[in-house]
Amino acid sequence: MPRATSDAKLLIQSLGKAYAATPTNLKIIDLYAVFAVATALIQVVYMGIVGSFPFNSFLSGVLSCIGTAVLAVCLRIQVNKDNKEFKDLPPERAFADFVLCNLVLHLVIMNFLG
Amino acid sequence: MAEPESSTAAAGGSRLRNAFGGVLCAFTLLLIGVLAFSIRLFSVIKYESVIHEFDPYFNFRVTQFLSKNGIYEFWNWFDDRTWYPLGRVIGGTVYPGLTLTAGTIWWLLNSLNIPLSVETVCVFTAPIFSANASWATYLLTKEAKGTGAGLMAAAILAMVPSYISRSVAGSYDNEAVAIFALIFTFYLYVKTLNTGSLFYATLNALSYFYMVCSWGGYTFIINLIPMHVLLCIVTGRYSSRLYIAYAPLVILGTLLAALVPVVGFNAVMTSEHFASFLVFIILHVVALVYYVKGLLTPRLFKVAMTLVITVGLAVCFAVVAILIALVASSPTKGWSGRSLSLLDPTYASKYIPIIASVSEHQPPTWPSYFMDINMLAFLIPAGIISCFLPLSDASSFVVLYLVTAVYFSGVMVRLMLVLAPAACILSGIALSEAFDVLTRSVKYQLSKLFDDSPAASGNSSAESSSASTTSTNSAKYETRSEKTKTAPKEKPSKKNWKKEKEVAESIPVKPKKEKKLLVLPMEASVLGILLLIVLGGFYVVHCVWAAAEAYSAPSIVLTSRSRDGLHVFDDFREAYAWLSHNTDVDDKVASWWDYGYQTTAMANRTVIVDNNTWNNTHIATVGTAMSSPEKAAWEIFNSLDVKYVLVVFGGLVGYPSDDINKFLWMVRIGGGVFPHIKEPDYLRDGNYRVDAQGTPTMLNCLMYKLCYYRFVETDGKGFDRVRGYEIGKKHFKLTHFEEVFTTHHWMVRIYKLKPQKNRVRGKLKKLKSGSKARSTNAAGRKNPWQ
Repeated sequence: MPRATSDAKLLIQSLGKAYAATPTNLKIIDLYAVFAVATALIQVVYMGIVGSFPFNSFLSGVLSCIGTAVLAVCLRIQVNKDNKEFKDLPPERAFADFVLCNLVLHLVIMNFLG
Repeated sequence: MAEPESSTAAAGGSRLRNAFGGVLCAFTLLLIGVLAFSIRLFSVIKYESVIHEFDPYFNFRVTQFLSKNGIYEFWNWFDDRTWYPLGRVIGGTVYPGLTLTAGTIWWLLNSLNIPLSVETVCVFTAPIFSANASWATYLLTKEAKGTGAGLMAAAILAMVPSYISRSVAGSYDNEAVAIFALIFTFYLYVKTLNTGSLFYATLNALSYFYMVCSWGGYTFIINLIPMHVLLCIVTGRYSSRLYIAYAPLVILGTLLAALVPVVGFNAVMTSEHFASFLVFIILHVVALVYYVKGLLTPRLFKVAMTLVITVGLAVCFAVVAILIALVASSPTKGWSGRSLSLLDPTYASKYIPIIASVSEHQPPTWPSYFMDINMLAFLIPAGIISCFLPLSDASSFVVLYLVTAVYFSGVMVRLMLVLAPAACILSGIALSEAFDVLTRSVKYQLSKLFDDSPAASGNSSAESSSASTTSTNSAKYETRSEKTKTAPKEKPSKKNWKKEKEVAESIPVKPKKEKKLLVLPMEASVLGILLLIVLGGFYVVHCVWAAAEAYSAPSIVLTSRSRDGLHVFDDFREAYAWLSHNTDVDDKVASWWDYGYQTTAMANRTVIVDNNTWNNTHIATVGTAMSSPEKAAWEIFNSLDVKYVLVVFGGLVGYPSDDINKFLWMVRIGGGVFPHIKEPDYLRDGNYRVDAQGTPTMLNCLMYKLCYYRFVETDGKGFDRVRGYEIGKKHFKLTHFEEVFTTHHWMVRIYKLKPQKNRVRGKLKKLKSGSKARSTNAAGRKNPWQ
């Protein structure tokens, strides 16, 4: 048992250390994604308490948040310097794709809100 | 392939060659498009430019409405001319992709001052989209296996009979555009997977949206892609490109699908879509694991894994338990009848006769495979093998697509259509690889023949060290693919095949012997090429035959060839024209549901049931009426406000798909809702017959009487040409119906309900008590419209 806790402690420490080394712009994206997921969670909890009556509103709210988070993760994957798969993809292009995808997503959501 | 290695001196030449190749490729694609379009015009040339069959008439009517009233009216369209007295909300229950496409084309042409009628546009929509589909096939196969295979697959798809059967000119059905959408969506998915570009992911979602708009078969996509993602994860091929290809597609695709009125909340509520969400969650877990793995040292990662697994499993079990409880609480387990009958092929015949009654929902027979995909069935295995040789994400997707499509085509004849593109892609790959190997060996042999030893020895000594490893690999691979490819050839090649086999066996025995290993003997490869060309020739001949003879009949105009020339049976249009000219606009016409769409579209009369079989009870009511005796039938029809009854009868000319042959389904469907209709009453010893052996119930039911009324007057004996015997009851009178119109060949007969008799005081009481007694006799449910 003590070994497990020490392992867990070590794990958290090394995770924290490794994460601290990531560049600031990636951290900002992470924060953005975490914020979006948190918003989605709040909506789900709200739905659990109040009920899901305007179901399309609930759906578009939650999917908007999750979609934003997913797109942010995609952007993070593409602009990450350590990722060898996207070496020849300029970050500007990645960002443009991200914006386009977001535009489509939110146009659809505005249509769906009802 | 060898372009990167070309030196700077040859760069100009290679660029020129590339450009030339590009132009050639584009030109070939153009020709393939023209081929795909023109092979589908047989129906217009041999018959005329008309809409075919049943469903296309409905689509045509919707398109007419759309082009006349605009898109907003279309979404809110409540159609009161079908399903009387219920009506049908067309805007919310129709897949709008096809009609919107044709409507847009029509609008575009008209705004360019090209005045085409809506019908013309509808007739030619399917051929146009099959050209698009073959281009999409090119793109998809190119992503998987390169340009050559792409061109081959596109050419094969352009004329595959299975697809032709659904997309000849005039066959204006959902599948016409849906197959294009299907292939294009798959292409964009594979493209996203190969490039990892968010831009293509967006396009993919939009193309998926188009597919959802067009066809209910979109559930195939939303289950196949998650399956592929799962396959990639399980086989350890996870990459961040996979994440980009899948995660945005699920979110955007779900939202977009929910925008289509006919899908709506089903996009998140039904089990067909749950697989995609489940895989979405799994993908995130896997992505997180890979990310954490990148951060940590291996030892710590192991610790983290144990920690996560213990916690994660508990959470997973809880979630799965909740999901199962939710799904199980719904009566159909959340699956729609059609999907269930896909998973369990016996489901429909057990529970939903209305799905089982449609002939295209039956399982196919073996000859239909040969008819519909012909030689492709033999080339597919070779294609699968060459997909596996360097297995990439794209080729594994193609293989998975094929495997699932084979299963689904085995369940329903209609889904052969989904198999066709997969079969084309794989045979395109197989053929192009075979040609590649054979022509390369011919080229090598020729070069060896001409500039014999000096160049070859100089070359080989330089390359042998580097080439030997690859050559052994590729030699093995070639012999293997060669074996499989020669195997499906026709019988005459057997001798040659044996020879090649010997060659193939002799090669791996001495693997290190220079470049010679790469090639086959000259004669064998030339013969192989010739045989492949012959095989392709047979395929083309078969396809053209299928397009011209088998699949071009519009089914509303029938022809038959006999000794004294060509006969044209245009009875359907005759009958519908009679209805539209001789009946009141608001008269209701009852017929079996097959003819509902045509009656509303061509005769513009209100029908009781039509091919959109959304209300089983209503159809059962009509089935009950058709299988009841005349008086009871009259009561049911009268309660439905029916003025005319239409039956299709083929006994005089030998048209087999008439109402008498469909009659047992009417009994079954009617009996499923109204238990006083019992199928055994209509069968003599389990045999369905309408001759003298037929049961009295059969010979007295309305369908029999309407079909065979006055039939004996035609030849004096009442010989039914479809059934091949004389009918059972020849002379009878109708008391509640009167014949108003019978077409030239007796194929369509229209009857009018006689008005109610004047009431005589004494009779009224008797009639009432009589009907009451009957209704209590009829066990259980009554006709709801009384």
